[in-house]
Amino acid sequence: MSNPILKVENLHVNFNTYAGTVQAIRDVSFDLNQGETLAIVGESGSGKSVTTKTLMGLNAKNALIPDNSRLIFKDRNLLDLTESDWQSVRGNEIAMIFQDPMTSLDPTMKIGMQIAEPLIKHRNMKKEDALKRALELMKGVGIPDSEEHINDYPHQWSGGMRQRAVVAIALAADPEILIADEPTTALDVTIQAQILNLMKTLQKDTGSSIIFITHDLGVVAGMANRVAVMYAGKIVEYGTVDEIFFNPQHPYTWGLLNSMPTTDTQQGGLQAIPGTPPDLLEPPKGDAFASRNAYALAIDSKEEPPFFRVSDTHYAATWLLDERAPKVTPPVKIQKRWAHWREMQEQESQA
Amino acid sequence: MMDETPKKLVELKDLQLYFNQGKSNEVRAIDHVSFDIYEGEVFGLVGESGSGKTTIGRAILKLYEPTAGQILFDGQDVTHLKHKHLSEFRKDAQMIFQDPQASLNGRMKVRDIIAEGIDINKLAKNKAERDAKVQHLLDLVGLNKDHATRYPHEFSGGQRQRIGIARALAVDPKFIIADEPISALDVSIQAQVVNLMKELQTEHSLTYLFIAHDLSMVKYISDRIGVMHWGKLLEIGTADAVYNHPLHPYTKSLLSAIPVPDPEVESMRQHIEYDASIETDGKERQMVEINPGHFVLATPEEVSVYKNQQK
Repeated sequence: MSNPILKVENLHVNFNTYAGTVQAIRDVSFDLNQGETLAIVGESGSGKSVTTKTLMGLNAKNALIPDNSRLIFKDRNLLDLTESDWQSVRGNEIAMIFQDPMTSLDPTMKIGMQIAEPLIKHRNMKKEDALKRALELMKGVGIPDSEEHINDYPHQWSGGMRQRAVVAIALAADPEILIADEPTTALDVTIQAQILNLMKTLQKDTGSSIIFITHDLGVVAGMANRVAVMYAGKIVEYGTVDEIFFNPQHPYTWGLLNSMPTTDTQQGGLQAIPGTPPDLLEPPKGDAFASRNAYALAIDSKEEPPFFRVSDTHYAATWLLDERAPKVTPPVKIQKRWAHWREMQEQESQA
Repeated sequence: MMDETPKKLVELKDLQLYFNQGKSNEVRAIDHVSFDIYEGEVFGLVGESGSGKTTIGRAILKLYEPTAGQILFDGQDVTHLKHKHLSEFRKDAQMIFQDPQASLNGRMKVRDIIAEGIDINKLAKNKAERDAKVQHLLDLVGLNKDHATRYPHEFSGGQRQRIGIARALAVDPKFIIADEPISALDVSIQAQVVNLMKELQTEHSLTYLFIAHDLSMVKYISDRIGVMHWGKLLEIGTADAVYNHPLHPYTKSLLSAIPVPDPEVESMRQHIEYDASIETDGKERQMVEINPGHFVLATPEEVSVYKNQQK
């Protein structure tokens, strides 16, 4: 069934700063399966971007990763790679699409050449051949009149077209894993819709696996096969996209789902999560979300919850799932999602 | 929701604002835009980047000089206010900016940032009264009194935006322009700030112009909504009418692009592409009322098409 191409095991990332050690990633484990899209959701400071930077070997020099952390890709631990080893992985086997297409493109280099660069470097292609392939890639990502624009510079293009170029660069070397870090956050919704469609189509064609980092649950619902919710440097819940949206178990996931309005949300229907995320210089004892959690139990402030199994694919780290925990009634909108989940289950069992 | 004859607080009449006027790189940032904002309502303005929505907000507060047209505030012409009259007007009309990091002076204490409007308009007789006012404002936005002596960098993004809101409220304005007030904030904090703005609006009977590109949030907070594209206002109506019965093809395209946090809905969503050529065909278009209170920019032929769609 599942065929993990990448296994992340017990990942810890600490940063030494003048103020002390920031524990940015605190024991994160997940698998990425062949051909799937895994969305990592969370707010700033939750560790989602540090996770992806670690996967690309791009962390700042003050990052400390303990020896028991493992990133297994093709039978090797990426954390053991030297910088020169990384050069053959990055942009080749694992590629990244960054958030802001203006800052991730080189303003002094022609776009065609930027797309051809990974081919020249990783595939030892001649310049002419690489540029020919770059032209095909530009057509593939839907850049109109590609022949005329291959020698353009980034500033001559709009934000949406630039992000298409970034996608083309990432796909150039036909990577097995594509990491997209908020790839559409800087774009308008109409352009966002185009880029997301493009990524879906390309994934179907190439069969690559995508790790999609975002805070927009709407985008997650449309793109992901599986979802991992991160909070304060940990994964607090993961499952299939249906399980996370219709059968969420962690109060933080409830809070996220309730604090985003849809176009149907009535006045007064928006429930904010109170407070702010904890400071990871000194992570709180127990469940890091407890102080913002209306459903917190006494044990939450003493002991960190382990992962409780909801289904074979769905786990959540909340004491509410412990058999000794009192039964709580989630917010009304979550109850509606649960009711829908039960209907889905019934239909499935009848089928 | 509103009285039968709501009072107009802000009126834009055929407003135009061109940058580089007459040159080859002329930009029509606001191109013959007219609309009213009623007292006590939240008017949402949506559109893509470059649509002119921010420029409109800034033009109303006189941060830009309009090329032509008129802006009325509370019945008074404020289009060309200067000096003393301008600062009096700005006491009534305030702004909350997008990036609370950039819009708060990092070298000033929060107390002085909030009290700056009080000082300029001489709203406090003495230091005690000034401190009491700052205290009250901090309370209103959910900060506490220790915060008064701190500097902006000591706060999180959401708290900084609360300071921005307190500063806007300090002069007891009637009208607040909020230009993307939450787009720099985290999801879980966005809802806090929006709920706070909504509460304050009710308590202080404020009128808002809420400018944003997050279409779901605009729908949530607004009574009426205007849709802009390329400097033109294309459609205007109640939030329900615009979102549930959009008329203009651009509005339809924009709405179809909003991602919905529901995997089943998402798997069916089709993005409607917009053909912008209907804006550049050179035909004369006017705002026409298709349904009561629901206007769209259209030619007479298009009007009959829109009316037929309604049946």
